Amino acid sequence: MIGGLFIYNHKGEVLISRVYRDDIGSRQAADSAVFSSSGPFPGEWLEANRRNAVDAFRVNVIHARQQVRSPVTNIARTSFFHVKRSNIWLAAVTKQNVNAAMVFEFLYKMCDVMAAYFGKISEENIKNNFVLIYELLDEILDFGYPQNSETGALKTFITQQGIKSQHQTKEEQSQITSQVTGQIGWRREGIKYRRNELFLDVLESVNLLMSPQGQVLSAHVSGRVVMKSYLSGMPECKFGMNDKIVIEKQGKGTADETSKSGKQSIAIDDCTFHQCVRLSKFDSERSISFIPPDGEFELMRYRTTKDIILPFRVIPLVREVGRTKLEVKVVIKSNFKPSLLAQKIEVRIPTPLNTSGVQVICMKGKAKYKASENAIVWKIKRMAGMKESQISAEIELLPTNDKKKWARPPISMNFEVPFAPSGLKVRYLKVFEPKLNYSDHDVIKWVRYIGRSGIYETRC
Amino acid sequence: MTDSKYFTTTKKGEIFELKAELNSDKKEKKKEAVKKVIASMTVGKDVSALFPDVVNCMQTDNLELKKLVYLYLMNYAKSQPDMAIMAVNTFVKDCEDPNPLIRALAVRTMGCIRVDKITEYLCEPLRKCLKDEDPYVRKTAAVCVAKLHDINAQLVEDQGFLDTLKDLISDSNPMVVANAVAALSEIAESHPSSNLLDLNPQSINKLLTALNECTEWGQIFILDCLANYMPKDDREAQSICERVTPRLSHANSAVVLSAVKVLMKFMEMLSKDLDYYGTLLKKLAPPLVTLLSAEPELQYVALRNINLIVQKRPEILKHEMKVFFVKYNDPIYVKLEKLDIMIRLASQANIAQVLAELKEYATEVDVDFVRKAVRAIGRCAIKVEQSAERCVSTLLDLIQTKVNYVVQEAIVVIKDIFRKYPNKYESVIATLCENLDSLDEPEARAAMIWIVGEYAERIDNADELLESFLEGFHDESTQVQLQLLTAIVKLFLKKPTETQELVQQVLSLATQDSDNPDLRDRGYIYWRLLSTDPVAAKEVVLAEKPLISEETDLIEPTLLDELICYIGTLASVYHKPPSAFVEGGRGVVHKSLPPRTASSESAESPETAPTGAPPGEQPDVIPAQGDLLGDLLNLDLGPPVSGPPLATSSVQMGAVDLLGGGLDSLMGDEPEGIGGTNFVAPPTAAVPANLGAPIGSGLSDLFDLTSGVGTLSGSYVAPKAVWLPAMKAKGLEISGTFTRQVGSISMDLQLTNKALQVMTDFAIQFNRNSFGLAPAAPLQVHAPLSPNQTVEISLPLSTVGSVMKMEPLNNLQVAVKNNIDVFYFSTLYPLHILFVEDGKMDRQMFLATWKDIPNENEAQFQIRDCPLNAEAASSKLQSSNIFTVAKRNVEGQDMLYQSLKLTNGIWVLAELRIQPGNPSCTDLELSLKCRAPEVSQHVYQAYETILKN
Repeated sequence: MIGGLFIYNHKGEVLISRVYRDDIGSRQAADSAVFSSSGPFPGEWLEANRRNAVDAFRVNVIHARQQVRSPVTNIARTSFFHVKRSNIWLAAVTKQNVNAAMVFEFLYKMCDVMAAYFGKISEENIKNNFVLIYELLDEILDFGYPQNSETGALKTFITQQGIKSQHQTKEEQSQITSQVTGQIGWRREGIKYRRNELFLDVLESVNLLMSPQGQVLSAHVSGRVVMKSYLSGMPECKFGMNDKIVIEKQGKGTADETSKSGKQSIAIDDCTFHQCVRLSKFDSERSISFIPPDGEFELMRYRTTKDIILPFRVIPLVREVGRTKLEVKVVIKSNFKPSLLAQKIEVRIPTPLNTSGVQVICMKGKAKYKASENAIVWKIKRMAGMKESQISAEIELLPTNDKKKWARPPISMNFEVPFAPSGLKVRYLKVFEPKLNYSDHDVIKWVRYIGRSGIYETRC
Repeated sequence: MTDSKYFTTTKKGEIFELKAELNSDKKEKKKEAVKKVIASMTVGKDVSALFPDVVNCMQTDNLELKKLVYLYLMNYAKSQPDMAIMAVNTFVKDCEDPNPLIRALAVRTMGCIRVDKITEYLCEPLRKCLKDEDPYVRKTAAVCVAKLHDINAQLVEDQGFLDTLKDLISDSNPMVVANAVAALSEIAESHPSSNLLDLNPQSINKLLTALNECTEWGQIFILDCLANYMPKDDREAQSICERVTPRLSHANSAVVLSAVKVLMKFMEMLSKDLDYYGTLLKKLAPPLVTLLSAEPELQYVALRNINLIVQKRPEILKHEMKVFFVKYNDPIYVKLEKLDIMIRLASQANIAQVLAELKEYATEVDVDFVRKAVRAIGRCAIKVEQSAERCVSTLLDLIQTKVNYVVQEAIVVIKDIFRKYPNKYESVIATLCENLDSLDEPEARAAMIWIVGEYAERIDNADELLESFLEGFHDESTQVQLQLLTAIVKLFLKKPTETQELVQQVLSLATQDSDNPDLRDRGYIYWRLLSTDPVAAKEVVLAEKPLISEETDLIEPTLLDELICYIGTLASVYHKPPSAFVEGGRGVVHKSLPPRTASSESAESPETAPTGAPPGEQPDVIPAQGDLLGDLLNLDLGPPVSGPPLATSSVQMGAVDLLGGGLDSLMGDEPEGIGGTNFVAPPTAAVPANLGAPIGSGLSDLFDLTSGVGTLSGSYVAPKAVWLPAMKAKGLEISGTFTRQVGSISMDLQLTNKALQVMTDFAIQFNRNSFGLAPAAPLQVHAPLSPNQTVEISLPLSTVGSVMKMEPLNNLQVAVKNNIDVFYFSTLYPLHILFVEDGKMDRQMFLATWKDIPNENEAQFQIRDCPLNAEAASSKLQSSNIFTVAKRNVEGQDMLYQSLKLTNGIWVLAELRIQPGNPSCTDLELSLKCRAPEVSQHVYQAYETILKN
């Protein structure tokens, strides 16, 4: 299991260091454990051994001259897993054959937990909260085994103020522990709201890779359903969407309906759920039922590849005029209902490194050459469906002796549209709370669809 | 107020200030001080001196302060074990606290204080906590058992904690179950034989129930544990699979991968005819693809695992090529892994798309990635025949870019394409030749040379091209040298008239001027082959090559099966078994896939029963690169050979037979000839001068075994002398001698037990000595030596031991140990055991060296009463690796010029003067020249012993 966990700043200085197992460090450290009963050990010596692992990572990864070639590094039979958040390095260290996927999941989870407690993960914030971080690490990682790491539960007993034990009633205490260890570790009992309300956001990111000729090389939508719930008690929820499998199953009775609804349903390649969803029920009946955590959480993630509505089409035209000039023309076409408006549109046209000057003309929005980013950035605030716009640019190049051709990175695009490019529709979200006297009708429900660009690229 | 200020205090006298603050009466101040201490600890300062002061702060009802003190304790208790005892009382008290959070905290921390003394105090509180009413305490205590086991395994067993832990598997709380499973799994790893986690259908059922209810981490523990279970038949395997499948939809990738592991493993037991088997295959693909939308680090782990899964069961992802297309801003480690999988999934159906992608990648920035992409294009050509032409033209386009590494990589793969499709794409050779000058990497140079040699007859200036490489022969890497040698021999066989000189040149470069045994051996083989039977040479060198395999870098099937059992873990990321990177015995239990058992045996065809996949589907195992046949046929740089398995193996057999049979017959012809010499050893005296002598035929005389001397079995061996008399060694008598046989030195010992008691436990050790002689293996006396028994042992020696100049130079001090005592003796070894087999200097070199060594280094000796003629002397000396470089007759005297080399690289040159015509004068005169004149005396002694015996 995880033998130790370190957090470094960008210079490689240690901000947090928590060692769970003796084997981290060097072999002598492990050996020394055998003899330790025979006499006291000089503190520095043991400390030095621990430092070995800390330093090895700094020297071999943080200060390494080359780009990181792997998120898992093995140095002297010790394995280091690392993730980076802005300029902070989190490293988990082990000498055993641990579950690698689990270690990374844990590191992400730890980032989430820290973010939930004190916001952005920065050197400043980590230094400001180091006591809290140690406390969290003690709770969520025991002897290197990840424990309950749901912020909802953690916040009930790890607070920045510190709890005075005598101020808690016995009831409160057992409530905490049963929540931390219980089946429904993500929700506490006795939550009450005057107004029962829930918000559902269907957030999709549409990814595209298109050839210069307009052929779709790959396209997929990765979507998330995020739920914000303000519901009293322990509500039992059931979520329904236009999943092809469900619709076809239901439609069996009335052939008529199948043909009608078949068009609207979508084929979901795969989906994953928050741990509150009963997976075995989904597996057998394909129904999504759960007791939600209080507040915001990600109910599910899904992926579709079929019949994706590509909101924009980019048509590039790049012409090299001699050795010192490039002519670029890019047309974008919006491809959705004219009544809808896309927002925050940004087209990024890469330019060669030896660009000396750029002249741009665009029909709509603003375009600028950004030398520091080696790109022409064209921004349009709003654009309705079934429209088309164009930009043309002349790029002047400095003559170079560099034989290597310019790699022509793809043209990328960003946007936001008010529909789900996958075609996903929420059909219902039913809420049952048998113990309290409110019914499904009393709950106020809001649904919103947002489609954003993921990696939306057209090669040129 | 922020905590970051604690990081900035660096003034002197800090420890004293902290001490004062820690002992302050104000609670707030105390807490601040402890925070400062922890901050110092974090940045690596040694604050262990504050131990007693910090421990004093432990008695508090402030939970935050308590936790800080505990943190300090965990870090430093080990360095102050006696002080740590002071804390015990508080822990024991806290374990009784009404607040379950505090009880758990105490038991958790106590387990982290890894001091033996504390463990005994820990037992009672732990026992209570394992049965605590609160699940939070129980789940913490479960992990604590693992902690305690790590410190003192015996104690855990004695106290019966293991049984309590086993009981917790049936606990009502899922998290307690999960932690108990985790702890038991870890403990079981260090006791591979024990039946700790005795999994049976009932306990499996409990685990599967808990699986639905516990946290994501708990699910991982349980799934990893389930993967070790061996279902008793395919029905049970299926029912477990059915209950595990829902986990594939979990948001946590580790849960998904662990579930995949269980399914991949249990699937082995399911019959392929089963409907369920097909369903399961279909269910596995989407979650694997979904893993690729996770964060890049997890993608990397997933991709490494998918690489294994694709090799084990290619059918799962065969339609999912597109998701492995590289994205422009993927991290490089993700890109490289995706590319690997793309090659594996490439097939006729998707090749057009793949090729278009690869061409795109070849223009990227990252050098490694571009190289891999170019190589991938070549692999596609070999894998999918229909695409070969397109691949070749793509590669040619890439060569036109003139980007150095792209060109080199392209040439390496084109060579493979030539191998796969001989006589099809030769038109591109001209383009390749244009780029000859830009090749600076050995692999590319070797590939190009191979191409030139293979197609020598179609390249007009092949001889010029190869000659140009020959100029810097000694600066090339071995790979290139070997290739050049073979290519020129091929050229010679194809165009014998114009290239005689060239071939002579390369053969002498390879055989005389090189230290590399492989190169030399290959040179001799070719030389011999060419001089005895050019037709045979043609058959061997220009033989048709076996096909190359379509797949490369396949993991060897047994390792693959083992790695499948480790899906999700580090082993699957490294593609190495845990034993390769885990120290000690932990977690290195060898795992293997379950054999396929079928409850309905009739459904199963017999050949699929043992290993799962039918033999036809099993990827061909690739023979090791250095295999003999490949080497002889000069396939060493080609990709691994693999034809239809049967054909390959028969060819291999042939190759071995070729040598073995030939030598057998030779040994039959001349029984006294080589005695026990190992035939693969390099020829002791393959001298170019006797190349012409065609004795024997074919390969049999590749090795110069007939060049005179009957007793070529090795150097002169002195009779055994008593080294250690029994009187001096409590009854153990040791006599011995030194021998040198075909390059290996050994010490032949005769141990005699002259005492009345049985002797056992023999061991031997050498003191440091002048030539670094050391035993290469332990002294093996198999049976105890009974009184009056004698045993003969040959102890192999190496010359890589540590060196210390001894007086006299050839003195060797030996220690022999047995059950009675340790005995010491010293002996002198004859220097000729150190004369190496490649001690023959060439003439020019000899002359130059002779002149170069100053005259004062010359030593003159007389060997009296030695009536030998030059021939006899020369052959006698040669058998002990003293080589005659030249012979001259001056005024009726024969002058032999000889050279020898010692194991440590010292050359000794000799001039031996013999007067054969004069029977009255039987004295020989010996002049020795050496850069290290101190060896001369001993060399002279060696001459004398060799010549006189």
